[in-house]
Amino acid sequence: MSSDDAMSTPASGAPPADRDVPATERSSPSQSAPPPGALPRRFGSWYVAEHWFRTMRAYLQTMLMTGIGTPLLYLYALGVGLATLVDQNIGAGSADAGAVGAVGYLVFVAPALLCSSAVTTAVDELTYPVIAGFKWNPFFIGMHAAPLQPRQIADGIVIAVSGRLLAQSTLYYLFMLLFGAVPSGLGFLAIVIATLTGLSFGVLVMAYSATIEQDKGQMNYVMRFVVLPMTLFSGTFFPLETLPVGLHWLGWISPLWHGTELARVASYGYQEPLWLTVAHVAYLLVLLAAGVALARRITTRRLTR
Amino acid sequence: MPAPVITAVDLVKKYKDFAAVDGLSFEVAPGESFGLLGPNGAGKSTTMRMVGAVSTRTGGGLGILGLDPNTHGPEIRSQLGVVPQADNLDAELRVRDNLIVYGRYFGLPYSYLRPKADELLAFAQLEDKAKSRVDDLSGGMKRRLTIARALVNNPRIMLLDEPTTGLDPQARHVLWDRLFRLKEQGTTLVLTTHYMDEAEQLCDRLIVVDKGRIMAEGTPASLIREHSSREVLEVRFGSARNAEAAEALKGVGDRIEVLPDRVLVYAHSGEAALARVTELGFEPMTSLVRRSSLEDVFLRLTGRSLID
Ligand SMILES: Nc1ncnc2c1ncn2[C@@H]1O[C@H](COP(=O)(O)OP(=O)(O)OP(=O)(O)O)[C@@H](O)[C@H]1O
Ligand SMILES: [Mg+2]
Repeated sequence: MSSDDAMSTPASGAPPADRDVPATERSSPSQSAPPPGALPRRFGSWYVAEHWFRTMRAYLQTMLMTGIGTPLLYLYALGVGLATLVDQNIGAGSADAGAVGAVGYLVFVAPALLCSSAVTTAVDELTYPVIAGFKWNPFFIGMHAAPLQPRQIADGIVIAVSGRLLAQSTLYYLFMLLFGAVPSGLGFLAIVIATLTGLSFGVLVMAYSATIEQDKGQMNYVMRFVVLPMTLFSGTFFPLETLPVGLHWLGWISPLWHGTELARVASYGYQEPLWLTVAHVAYLLVLLAAGVALARRITTRRLTR
Repeated sequence: MPAPVITAVDLVKKYKDFAAVDGLSFEVAPGESFGLLGPNGAGKSTTMRMVGAVSTRTGGGLGILGLDPNTHGPEIRSQLGVVPQADNLDAELRVRDNLIVYGRYFGLPYSYLRPKADELLAFAQLEDKAKSRVDDLSGGMKRRLTIARALVNNPRIMLLDEPTTGLDPQARHVLWDRLFRLKEQGTTLVLTTHYMDEAEQLCDRLIVVDKGRIMAEGTPASLIREHSSREVLEVRFGSARNAEAAEALKGVGDRIEVLPDRVLVYAHSGEAALARVTELGFEPMTSLVRRSSLEDVFLRLTGRSLID
């Protein structure tokens, strides 16, 4: 798709010879150019992702620092520090005594931290940068004036953020291995699960971001009253069953809870009924699909009016 | 006559109940340079955005390069060069990267884009800013970059919404020259401007739009002939007395227009009109006789000055 003949040539024929066509283009008249718009129509989302990655490149250092610092800090503080306390007081490794099941606290908390870190990054990428793309630094408008479609703009962002989440979760996972937090051979699946978790919540937030035309601090509300409680009450630091039954719904609606439970199944073979595992996957996929559909629609409405 | 590249029939754009564009019909022939003039809020940018296959029309028909923008947006837009009224560069990327990234949206390969970006930087006279962030450019430089960016795909139609706003005179003349050359090569130009000299220079044909409707259509010369006298006498009596003097001068020339700072007397001969003013016992502080211009047509048709 990136061959020299990919240039959009007017439908009526080759451009006049004296036009600003570089020598490389002129010297290959035998290659037939695709009709105008064909490439963007097919690959537009990837062009958007490419742009998003290019922007990320400027923050590569910061991204690396957080990508390494977060697992180090959290795994050490909770998985080693706090774990000592938890395991000593409640006992670990014995199915009956362990407050968090049959495993030590490190093994219990690590997949949750992984998923929660993916959610945090997804929210970072899909809130202010999205609001900005429509308004403060409105390059979405530029993309749409070029042949890209609003739907592709939404998709491309999702693609790019998936890429970042995959990379970050892989890095996180390596640290989990390093800390000895992954007993199961299927643990690597937690990378994909974390990415899916981050996306399924993040893309919904992105759809909301796309509706914001005046920044009145809406995102602060989202952080404080959605993201923070979700992180606390999704079975992250303690099992959902520890909460009163009346509050269990908090977990059931939370993509982070579903993701975390799934990641636990993968990383240490956490025992749950099969239907529940299927339900976790289905819930995350449904949320993601709904988020993408909403984001596409809102983006289209906003850019074509 | 060859088939028009743009055909608008009763084009309408409504925001809730408000019709920003209220039934525009026009055609643009290939290679033609077509202008939209009109006061602020007339609906020029809204029209440009519909022609640019970006904004969805509320009613009427629209064909760009023989395609319907509702169904063939990407196909149309890949053949357009768009300079929007408000720049939408990516301020977080460097100047040269902006050109390359934008070219990628068209599916253009890097092997084409790298030399093209350098060529466009030269055109925009921004070679020494290639590595600057867009944020660090002056307003006029950003404008030049936006214009250069619009050329990255060798467009068949250029849509220029107030392209020269914010440009210094030198940059403006460079742009005019470049637009002339594009036109010679067969590119169709559609532009809006608030500079009447620019419209006279660049446009083969133009429409004057007000409140979303066409007030007049024609070549600059024919519009002047039709809607203004041959000459204009401009006289100043001091801002307090202009209106009063204009009242008393009724009947001198074909028509009188009062602006806040001066009175315009439209007449076949400005000198004769000035003689008549003096005969009537008025002593203007300053007087000037000039030929009619598009600005006079504009004032006549839209009933207000440009800066309102
Ligand atoms: N997104 C929008 N929502 C509501 N009204 C709008 C929107 N965009 C434009 N309008 C209205 O449509 C009318 C035409 O606007 P437009 O931008 O087309 O004017 P214009 O002729 O380009 O003016 P200017 O010379 O100031 O650029 C204005 O009254 C404007 O307020
Ligand atoms: Mg405008």
